[in-house]
Amino acid sequence: MPQIGKLSSLLQVIVLALSFTVFQASAYASEEKSFNVNEMIMHHIKDAHEWHITGPEHGGVSVYLPVILHDNGFKVFSSKYFYHGKETEVKLNDSTTYHYLEGVGPAKGYGLYHEEIYKLNHEGKLHFQGDHPHNATPTDLSITKNVASLIIGSLLILIIMLSVARFYRKNGAVAPKGIAKFFEPIIVMVRDDIAKANIDHHKYQKYVPYLLTIFFFIWINNMLGLIPIIPGGANLTGNITITFFLAFCTLLVTVFSGNKNYWGHIFWMPGIPVAMKIFMIPIELIGIITKPFALMVRLFANITAGHIIVLALISIIFINKNYAWAGLSVPMALFISVLEILVAFLQGFLFAMLSSLFIGAAVEEAHH
Amino acid sequence: MDLILPDFGLLVWTGLVFSLLFILLAKFAWKPILNAVNAREQKIAEALALAEKTKAEMQALKAENDQILKTARAERDQILKEAKEAANAMVEEAKSKAKDEATKIVESARQNISSEKAAAMADLKNHVATLSLEIAEKVIRQELTADDKQKALADQFASEIKLN
Repeated sequence: MPQIGKLSSLLQVIVLALSFTVFQASAYASEEKSFNVNEMIMHHIKDAHEWHITGPEHGGVSVYLPVILHDNGFKVFSSKYFYHGKETEVKLNDSTTYHYLEGVGPAKGYGLYHEEIYKLNHEGKLHFQGDHPHNATPTDLSITKNVASLIIGSLLILIIMLSVARFYRKNGAVAPKGIAKFFEPIIVMVRDDIAKANIDHHKYQKYVPYLLTIFFFIWINNMLGLIPIIPGGANLTGNITITFFLAFCTLLVTVFSGNKNYWGHIFWMPGIPVAMKIFMIPIELIGIITKPFALMVRLFANITAGHIIVLALISIIFINKNYAWAGLSVPMALFISVLEILVAFLQGFLFAMLSSLFIGAAVEEAHH
Repeated sequence: MDLILPDFGLLVWTGLVFSLLFILLAKFAWKPILNAVNAREQKIAEALALAEKTKAEMQALKAENDQILKTARAERDQILKEAKEAANAMVEEAKSKAKDEATKIVESARQNISSEKAAAMADLKNHVATLSLEIAEKVIRQELTADDKQKALADQFASEIKLN
């Protein structure tokens, strides 16, 4: 019975979260202009300088995050000087119009278009050409929604793991209890099933901390991304920058761990004719890059797709402008959300697993 | 397009935060956790080995105990047997001693009786002799008056005495 109780409370949380998503999406629909699914979803999965909670897109309830620009020295100000700034309209000759936000106060002289900050030109305008402005851009080091989410997620992992570590420090090598009891099997799984299973038995220990860090980083941030309200909801692990960085780390670890045997297989593949050996060099070199590239794309695509599909299903209600559609869209979104909980774990596991596999191949000794 | 292009600001922050997270976790979380888990695993393995060893030792000890018990039992049986034999022997000895004593007593009694009897007989004979003498004296004194009577009487007495 307690199992069923736990399950039903989990479902309640998910339903609650989904209803919040509906609420948020309705904020878009309530605006005068017609509901644009594409715009709403894209707005959600991309980074932003504010953390929107509810209400209309600009001027609703929102956490305004600090903007940090490097443009002849650092400039730090709240993003509300953009969102509460001047909404400017630019009409081009071919009758296309662009809307951008002109900064006021400390943000004067900058314009925000599609969450990108540009310097206004000498006329005080953004100069559009094609579909985006051609103005100069300052170096944007803002604490964006993703950066804030990154910091929150990292702090959460730190708090969890430090309290797990504190348990062992306090109690020594005993059977785990409480939070340690929950996390220990996962840590042991990463150590045994991911690291030990793929990397040589004498060398795997060196890579366990890295694999544990990427696994928990991806898993916890994936889970945070599934929460629609403020500490979560950012599409962090579905952001190409994050997945690029993680894949790049795996690339560096692999390349710097590579032993003679590994490089020998890349530059002079044993066991094949000389002509083939030469032919294989570029293929193997490309292979060094494609492996982490696949890691990058897999995580990005999986998480972004998860966010898109939940939002798209919720949008059914607003496309049809009838709450009765919730009867269809909410159960479907609920199903996908539960699936995403699995995917959140699975993607973390896969990323760590494949990283471990690549590292394992790099440190493998020749056995002939 | 900007969906699939890395953002410089975010990349800088990610590098910073992730590196910091990795260093802190590696130092303050993974190291103590993995050390504790490894230590516990080793402890469990050692405990299992020890249990196995103890079990073998227990088995050996039990076999030894059984052996000791068996010897002790045999010894006890031996002692009991010997004791019984000793007791029997003692009883036998006592019995034979008693019998000997009894025979001795009976023998001595018999000897006593026979010696007493002999003494009594001798006494009686003496007595009879004395009596006979007295009688003879009296008779002689009486019969001395008539010689023939005297003689006849003496003969008669004499023959009578012989009968005893």
